[in-house]
This record gives sequence, C-alpha cells and structure tokens, in this order.
Amino acid sequence: MLRLPPHEYHRPRSLDEAVELLHRFGDDAMVIAGGTDLIPNMKHRLFEPAHLVGLKGIGELRGIRREGGALAIGAAETLASVARHPEVRGRFAALAAAAGHVAGPQLRNAGTIGGNLCLDTRCTYYNQTEFWRRALGYCLKKDGTVCHVTKVGKKCVAAHSADTPPALIAFGARVEMRSPSGTRSVPVEDFFVPDGIRNNQRGPGETITRILIPLSFVSGADGAPGGADVDAAAGGDADGAVNRIRGSPNGDEELHLRSGYSKLRQRASIDFPLLTVAVAAWVDPGGRMQRLRGVVTALGARPRELTGWDEIAEGEALDDDVIDALAERARKQCRPLDNIIVDPEWRRAMVPVYVKRALIQLRDEPPS
Amino acid sequence: MSETGGGGESRPGGTDEQRVPDGRNSQSDLNLIGSRLRKVDGFAKASGKARYADDIALPGMLHARIVRSPHPHARIVSIDSSRAEALDGVRGVVTGRDMPHTYGVIPWTPDEHPLCVDRVRYIGDGVAAVAAVDEDTAIEAAGLIEVEYEELPAYLDPRKALEATGGEDSPYIHEPRKAGWNGNITKKVHLDFGEVHALMEASDVVVEGAYFFEGTTHAPIEPHCAIGLWEPDGREAGGLSSGGGLTFPLEPGMGGQPGKHEGGVPSSHGRLTVWSSTQVPHYLHRELARVLELDPARVRVIQPPVGGAFGGKSEPFDLEFCVAALAMKTGRPVKILYTREEVFYAHRGRHPFHMRYRTGATKDGKLQSVDAQVLLDGGAYASFGLVTTYYSGQLLTAPYTMPAYRFDSVRAYTNKPACGPKRGHGSVQPRFAFEVQLDKLAEKLEMDPVGLRRSNAMGGNTRTVNELRVTSNGFVECLEAVERASGWKERWRRLPFGRGLGVAGSCYISGTNYPVYPNDMPQSAVQIQIDRSGRVAVFSGASEIGQGTDSMVAYVAAEELGVPLDYVRVFAGDTDFTPVDLGAYSSRVTFMLGNACIDAARTLKRKVQDAVAGEWGCKPREVLLAGGWALFAPDTARKLPIREAFQLAEAMFGTLGATGWYNTPKDIHGSYRGGTIGSSPAYSFTAHVAEVDVDVETGFVEVKRIWIAHDCGRALNPVLVEGQMEGSAYMGFAEALMEEQIFKSAEQGREGLHNAPSLLDYRIPTSLDTPELESLIVESLDPEGPYGAKEAGEGPLHPSIPAIANAIHDAVGIRMDALPFSPPRVWRRINEARAEGKLKKPTAPGRPIEEEVHESVS
Repeated sequence: MLRLPPHEYHRPRSLDEAVELLHRFGDDAMVIAGGTDLIPNMKHRLFEPAHLVGLKGIGELRGIRREGGALAIGAAETLASVARHPEVRGRFAALAAAAGHVAGPQLRNAGTIGGNLCLDTRCTYYNQTEFWRRALGYCLKKDGTVCHVTKVGKKCVAAHSADTPPALIAFGARVEMRSPSGTRSVPVEDFFVPDGIRNNQRGPGETITRILIPLSFVSGADGAPGGADVDAAAGGDADGAVNRIRGSPNGDEELHLRSGYSKLRQRASIDFPLLTVAVAAWVDPGGRMQRLRGVVTALGARPRELTGWDEIAEGEALDDDVIDALAERARKQCRPLDNIIVDPEWRRAMVPVYVKRALIQLRDEPPS
Repeated sequence: MSETGGGGESRPGGTDEQRVPDGRNSQSDLNLIGSRLRKVDGFAKASGKARYADDIALPGMLHARIVRSPHPHARIVSIDSSRAEALDGVRGVVTGRDMPHTYGVIPWTPDEHPLCVDRVRYIGDGVAAVAAVDEDTAIEAAGLIEVEYEELPAYLDPRKALEATGGEDSPYIHEPRKAGWNGNITKKVHLDFGEVHALMEASDVVVEGAYFFEGTTHAPIEPHCAIGLWEPDGREAGGLSSGGGLTFPLEPGMGGQPGKHEGGVPSSHGRLTVWSSTQVPHYLHRELARVLELDPARVRVIQPPVGGAFGGKSEPFDLEFCVAALAMKTGRPVKILYTREEVFYAHRGRHPFHMRYRTGATKDGKLQSVDAQVLLDGGAYASFGLVTTYYSGQLLTAPYTMPAYRFDSVRAYTNKPACGPKRGHGSVQPRFAFEVQLDKLAEKLEMDPVGLRRSNAMGGNTRTVNELRVTSNGFVECLEAVERASGWKERWRRLPFGRGLGVAGSCYISGTNYPVYPNDMPQSAVQIQIDRSGRVAVFSGASEIGQGTDSMVAYVAAEELGVPLDYVRVFAGDTDFTPVDLGAYSSRVTFMLGNACIDAARTLKRKVQDAVAGEWGCKPREVLLAGGWALFAPDTARKLPIREAFQLAEAMFGTLGATGWYNTPKDIHGSYRGGTIGSSPAYSFTAHVAEVDVDVETGFVEVKRIWIAHDCGRALNPVLVEGQMEGSAYMGFAEALMEEQIFKSAEQGREGLHNAPSLLDYRIPTSLDTPELESLIVESLDPEGPYGAKEAGEGPLHPSIPAIANAIHDAVGIRMDALPFSPPRVWRRINEARAEGKLKKPTAPGRPIEEEVHESVS
C-alpha cells in the first residue's frame, strides 16, 4: 500500500502551544486537522513534513457562535457540523450546502472548515503517486519545471477545488489567523493568491483560527463584522437572515439574505468540483437585490468573484432576463483549463448553466 | 464414488423420493433449494471477521515491492540492485533473469515473464522486486534499484500498432511467432456462416454503424495480495490451516536455503505455499510450478476470502511469482500487497473495441445477415486475448436467429496494461453495438423494438448459425417480463421529451465447454465426508470470490443429505485438500460445481438410504432425507434424526466419503476451427428495460430505473441471484455512464501514462448515482443444470449498456454509439443534434410498415 513518509505527530492542547510548535519547527512542520487532504498528499509524497501539529484537540478552535455582528465558526469545526448547524442552514444556506457537498459523509465528519480553506490546489499532473509523477517527468508545482497544462507558462494553474470558499466570499466572510506575532483577519477573497503552487497568504507558522461571517447588511458593507446600528433578527429561520435596516437607501425596511449554491461534478458524492458557483444577495420584500455577489471556483488557482454584476442586478428583481444576463456575464469571465481531466469546453459551457441554477435557488428556494 | 460424472444420466430434479411435505416450496419438489437463504460466509464478511490475504501475517514475514517501468516501451539495458541490497533491512532482490520462463493463462500465447527480462511494454510493467524487513524499507530499496532503459516508439492506438513494420523505427511489441507475421497482432479470427453477402443484398433494410467501446477495469475493492512461504526439504511444516508449527530460518543464511541454479531460484525440493487473492488457484498452481521449475505436488495454493475479482484476478500476476521467488531466495515468508495504482496497471479489464456492424433484415423485421468487423485494443500482453478475440464474434449468435453471420476480429498489442476478461468477457462490447443496431433497425422499420426482438427469438433446443447447441431458453419470457414491468406498451415513445425507455437482450455462457488447456479430466469436483455427528464436510475446489460458491455447495449438500444448513462445513480454495476446479470465471461454477456436488452427495445419500431401509425393512427409495430427519415416505410420522441415519450408514459402510465431479458434454460445438470456443453446456438469457432522464442543458443522463429479467434456469437461492442481477446491471450502468481506463498522450505530458489510476478519478458510480434496480427472475429449468440452474453472474450485465443507449434515443432522439455516455460527450451529441434540428422525441411507429419500407431501403 502507499505509506506515509516518516514524521512526528504532536498533539497540542491549546492554541498557544500549537503556535509555539509551529514556530519552533518552522518549515519542517505542517498543521493537520481532519487530514483528508494532507494525508493522501503525503502518501503521494507531495509533502513530507517531519512534524505534524494536530489541531483537533484544541477547544479554542471549536464552536459555532455569534460574536459581535458575526457568526464565528471555529476552524476545527467539521464540515458535517457546519453543514447541519441550524443557524448556518437558516441564514447562510449556500455555505451549509457547500459544506454538505464536500466529498462524502465520512470525509465530512473528519474534514474541517479551516482545512477546506487551506485545501491544496489540484491538478491531474499533481495529485498522483511519486511513481506516476516520475514517469511524467514531474511538473512545475512539485519537483519539476514544466507545466503540462499550459506547456509554456511558468505559472502553476492547479485548480482551487474547495467547496466552501465561494460561499464564504459571497457572504463577505473574513478569515482569522494566528501566528507568534499575533492575530489578524482578512476577507476570504484576499486570503487567496493567484498562484497554484501555494494559493493562500497564510504565513509560515500561521494557522487559521476562525471564520467570521457578518450577520447583517451594514456589517458587510465595510467588510468588517460589527454593525452596531443593526438589529439582527434572532435565530435562523428558513427564510434566511432578516435585517431591519435603519436609514438604508430605501428607508426603514427588511432585507433578507438569500443565497444559492451549485456544484458541477459527475457523481452525486465524493467528487471534487468541476465547477462551483455560490451566489448571495440581500433581497427586499419586493424581490429587489442589493449587493449581489457571485463567486465561481475550480477553474484556476483561486476562487473568482464574478464582476460586472452590480450594473446588471443592483436594485433589480431577479427575473429570468436578469438571470440570463448575469449568467452570460459569468460565461465570458470563465475559461476552464485542462488542469482537471474533464473536457474544459464542456465545463465552460456549464458556467452559465450552473450560475443560473444557483441564482434560481437564490430567488426561489434555498439550496439544501 | 459414483459411476458417472454429474453430467451423465444421474440428472438432478424433483422426484418423489425428495418430496418433503412441508409446503414451503410449492413450486418444486425441493426443500432448501429455491428458498431465500443467507450466504454461509455472509456474517463473517459483514462483521469484519473474514481474513483476507492481507490479514495474514506469518512470523518473520518480509514485505516486498515491485519496481515498475516508467516507460511505455523500452529495452532494458541494465539493472543494478547493489545499492538496494546494501540497504539495512533488505533481504533479497529478484529480477526477470531469475525467472526466465514465459507464462500465460492461455497455453498458446505465453508471452509474459514474471518480471521483464529485456523489454518493458507499458508504464507499470514489473522489472525487479525487493524484499525487506518492512514495507517502508522495501519501498526505499525499490527506489535504489537502478534500471537503465533505451526507449522505443510506443503504440497507444491499435490501428497504429497494426501499421508497424518491425523495423528500427517501427518495432513490434512482441517478436512475431512466425516469420513474416505482424508481431503486434495477438490473434486474428475470421469466421463466416451462411450466405452473408447474398442475404445482405436481398435484405429490405440494412443498418450500418460504427461503434466504440472504451476500456474499463474491474476495480475490486480488495487490491491483489499474495504471500509466499518456502519450506525446504527436511523441515516439514503445516500451513496455517493445519495449525502445525511453522519452521523456517529467521535470518538468511541460517540454513534451509534452497539449492540455487543459475537464476538464483531453486530447481528442486522443498514445498512452496502461496496465499493469493486469486480466482483461479488451479491455473496459478500450474504456472507457479512451471515457471519456478517445481514439482506441482510440492506447490500449494491457498485462496483466502477474496474481496471482489470480476475477472481481474483470473490469471497469474507478477506478485505471485515474486513472493514465491523471494521466499525461496530469502528462506522467509514474503508478502506483496498491490497499491491501488498497481491494480490499475495489472488491469486485464475490458478491451476497448472498435466495431463496425451491418445488419440486414426483411421488411417485417426478420434478421437476414450480420456482418461485423472488430478491432480489439489488447494492451501489452495476450492474457485471455485469444479467447476474447473469438468471443467478440462467437457469442453474438443468440438469442436471435440469424441466417447468415460473419465476423472479422483482430486483437492488436498496444503499450498499455494488458486487457483481459471482465464480467461478460468479450461479449459485452459487441452486444452493445448489436442491440443498438437492432434499435435502429426497428426505428427504420417503424416497429416496436420489443416486438422486433420477440419476432427474431430463436427459442430452445436448437443450434445457432455458428452451430452452438442451445437447450433451455427463457429469452421471450425475459423480454415479456421487462415489457410488462416497465409499462413499455403505454410508455415507450410516449414519455415527455427528456425521458425515455430503451430495451436490449442478450445471452451468455454457463461455463466454457472446453478448459483453457486441453484435457479430458473433470472441470469441477468436490469431495464430501459425513460422520456420525451429522456433520457434512464439503471440500470444494471452487473459488469463492463473493459470488456465493461456498453457499451454493452448502445448499446442495444440505438439500441432498437432508441436514440442516448449519451442519454443512465448506472447505474451499486450497489445492492441498480440495479436488481440482478450474476457477471462478466464465460463469461456470454453479453449473459445474453444483452438478459435481449433487454427484458426490447422491452417492452418500444412497448409502444412508440403504442403511436406514435396512433398519426399517423398507425400500431405499422410501427413505427421505430432509430437514434433519430420515423419514419414511409412505408415513412421515415414522422418522429418525439424520445423525442416527448417518450412524447406521457408517456402521454399514465404514467411514463415509465420496467424490463427485462434472465434465462437459463433448458434442455440442461447431464443426470448424475455433468452433469449440463459445460453446457451453447451457446459455443464460437476459432482457433489460432502462428508463433515463436526459438533461439537455448539461448532458447528464440519469438512469432512473432498470428492469432486469434473467433466465438463470433455476434460482438455487433467489437472494443471491437477485444480488448478481443487480450487481451486473450496476456494473454495466457504470460502464455506460462513467468508467474509462484511458491514458495520456504525448501531447498530454506522457504517452501511455494512465490517466487517473485512483478510485477518486477513475469514476465508479456511488450509491447516490445508482438507479433503482428491479430483478425479475425467469426460470427455464435447464435439462443439464443442477436442479435446472444456469449462470446468473455475468449475463445480466450485457443489456445494461445498449438499453441505456436506446433509452437516451427515446428520450431526446440522439444516438450514443461510443462509450461512455458521460455528460461532456452527451452534451456534444445534443449540440450536434440541435444544430441539425434532430433534437426531439422520436416518433412512435404508427404508419403502415409497407409504406415506410420503400423509403427506408438502403
């Protein structure tokens, strides 16, 4: 069978201890939570860390609770617990759906939301055994000099393949990280960088601690959780978040946070996405949308936020013409590559289809 | 011992002697047979108690790793294992030169070495093996073995392989077997029956089509695993099963190393035991003895429970020779467990087929002439390919009458893992093409495709156009069962656009009439021993690979000897104490082993009846054995516990044992060269209707339901038959929609590199993707099968794929003539059809046929 490279496994009991271990071992250490991505990658000799710092025993990294104007999700919460959490389901339906579509049930019970954010990029030329990669002559991302996807490029185009980040970006979430130099948080879209070799800005010795998703319209406006002038409706009803906005552009009125999520894959379980679409918007009682965001992934090294949607949709109701226009705008921005083994031309044609399906969910019914 | 083989006159079946007045099985005279029963090994497997090959650990056992070629085609210039051998913990290395004999499961095409000697032929071909104290050390040592290669041009496309000249720039993959032959051809078969040309010309309609069946692999959940144990002379030791103490040197050089000949592998004495996850212990036994130059009487093969095989473990593989050779060389037991990647390289899965068919019929839909051309993409070695090449044509001639038939099949070598037999060996691919041809024919003739099939059904007790003897035949019943269950008459062509129904039929062999190596010995055998406790021990040569072989013999033994099922112990899969059975392939086991078991059990039954009759002063045939009792037939109130009946017999006849066997009838094949291949003592028949939902926006095909009707002769245990039917239909559906054993091209980075040797990217449907499967058992009661039984393990796969293809056509009007029907491919076909204005529900037959025919004549 494939064997793990030799390594030492550490079980810190606190975040401080974990950060200290990571600092001490530097580049020789990697963090491990569910291990659903790292373990197969280690067996493929993509990573051979001498030290693994396990995060699963750290209570500070658990819990899903309201804090200030945000829902704070501990980085070591499993995807299964995120997917079934009532407030996530009620308020952030696209996130619950995304977490619930990762791999299969056993893997969702092990894999964590923090791990999903840090999922290594994937490529047909990379996620293979050492023997296979040697027969290939290796690739740009690992041990080689050539990108077999682009043939010429010096830039790795391995695909970001995590399910939850598009939903988190659509909801304006931030990711909080901890390192010996302290705690910082960045918007999830800024967490990712356009480099397939290492597609996030987590520094050496730094680990994700929490995901913070703003609960209200205003709090999302400047990207920071908070929103003191907002009365967030309590609990998560099936209609999603309700906010009573005072002094919003349309006066005192209710805005509902609505969302949609669609995932293209050949099997109804297990598969990584061939394309993922998450959409979210604040919708008034007349169905008019504010701050519609759409994010796609499984195309390049990081999730891509669809642009130009404001001019089509801001303040509009989501009728079929608007949906078509948004879908077409999305198609123009997405060009899948041969980094995934499934026909890129078909995957491109599926962009407007899956954007439409996500938008219809947003309009008609939350994803499940 | 009985006077005749089970295939002789002692035919099973209900007789008055066997009638048990319990009313439980009102359909037959049988007691246990036909009941819904558990598998005898089901609980051990479900609860994790079964010990598979990899669960075996012997004291002092080494672990070995095989070094594999990173090149699709290359000459081996040199192999240097000195650095590996110097590594701490390494105990031995073998290379191809240690095992110079070629082997092959088909004796006419032995073209493989256990490890390559001077040439590698695909990425993954084995070149050396190293044994070390643990797996990590073996892996590290494998990386230290330096192999120098000289690369050669490689062939991925069989059409290109056939164009090779054998010159420097265009080398053959194998040496031609005769001067002037093309070394890239494994086998060519051309067979011609009836007036193909004339009848095609005279046909009112002719349908012509080109089809492609992509290769697929078996993907058993258990990877191949083998353990070798060498016991030198003078160190007698039992194996695991006998519980004897194992003795062998714990360190190399402590003695007991076999005498070496030039290759480093011993030529003489000692005993070799190999545990292997094989489905053919007997063929493995033969080849181990031959290749390692051992006396077969000193070789023992043990087959532990197997975690799936499907044809993927039906010949010897490199690991079995390597563990044996390394055990002999090091004096210690050696294990190899394949990685999942290696399972994809070992392969022997379904061949990719390039096919062309012309099918001619009269205006009222009677088949007239069938003309086929098939190119088989064989991969690097012959495997069963000679047989596959025949099967690609021979097995198409039922269940429909065809007055004329011709096929031209060629198997080419290519630089990819070798293809071989996968469930429905060689006949699933042509069946796909042919059943789609029939659907096109029906459409052209404006006929209902069920009706067209019914009107061409050949019926029973007949011979096919290629002279195969067909006895029992429940095909029309199968067709009608799926027609009824699916609501075909009301729903076909009438479902909304996007939803469709498709039908297909098929037949398959119940075992090959002739073994792969010619001999007149029995094909299958059991030995049964009973004693005064009431216990029945059945020593079965057959291979339980999950299909229920051990259960089947237990049911038969319990049925015949009248004991409760849990009095029966089945000992199987060990060549040291079971008689020879040829293995679990070609759907032969129920038919052949079942008859062998009846044969042995009846010999014992007669003794028990004689003894009890002596005690009661009645006629032996008045003694019934059933349900744990010996009963007096005229008055069943008079009875004796079966244990006491056995005691009477043991007292009268001495220790009670019997062998029983089965051999095939020898006069049922074609009278031409190759006419033995495809002949079987019985044929099973199947019909499917599939219902699909096609998403024209995405190309996704969702198979909603498959109705499977299968004529298995008699269902010995309907639960297991239904399991085989569902499993087969699932496997076919998986090939239809998803599976592809494909390889990268040079443009894709590396010619001949497997596209995705993992269960993540080689996609097999999950339970969420799987349609509802509805099994409808048809029982035609075969005259020669055990209690009338025929096969159920492979036949029910065949119609899955064409039924789905035909359903896609009914749903949206497109034809899928190439596999798999994956979303991108279906989407492309939909776009083409849309552009041509053909994306629509096909019209239902309705216009008078006469009118249409003249327009349709081609």
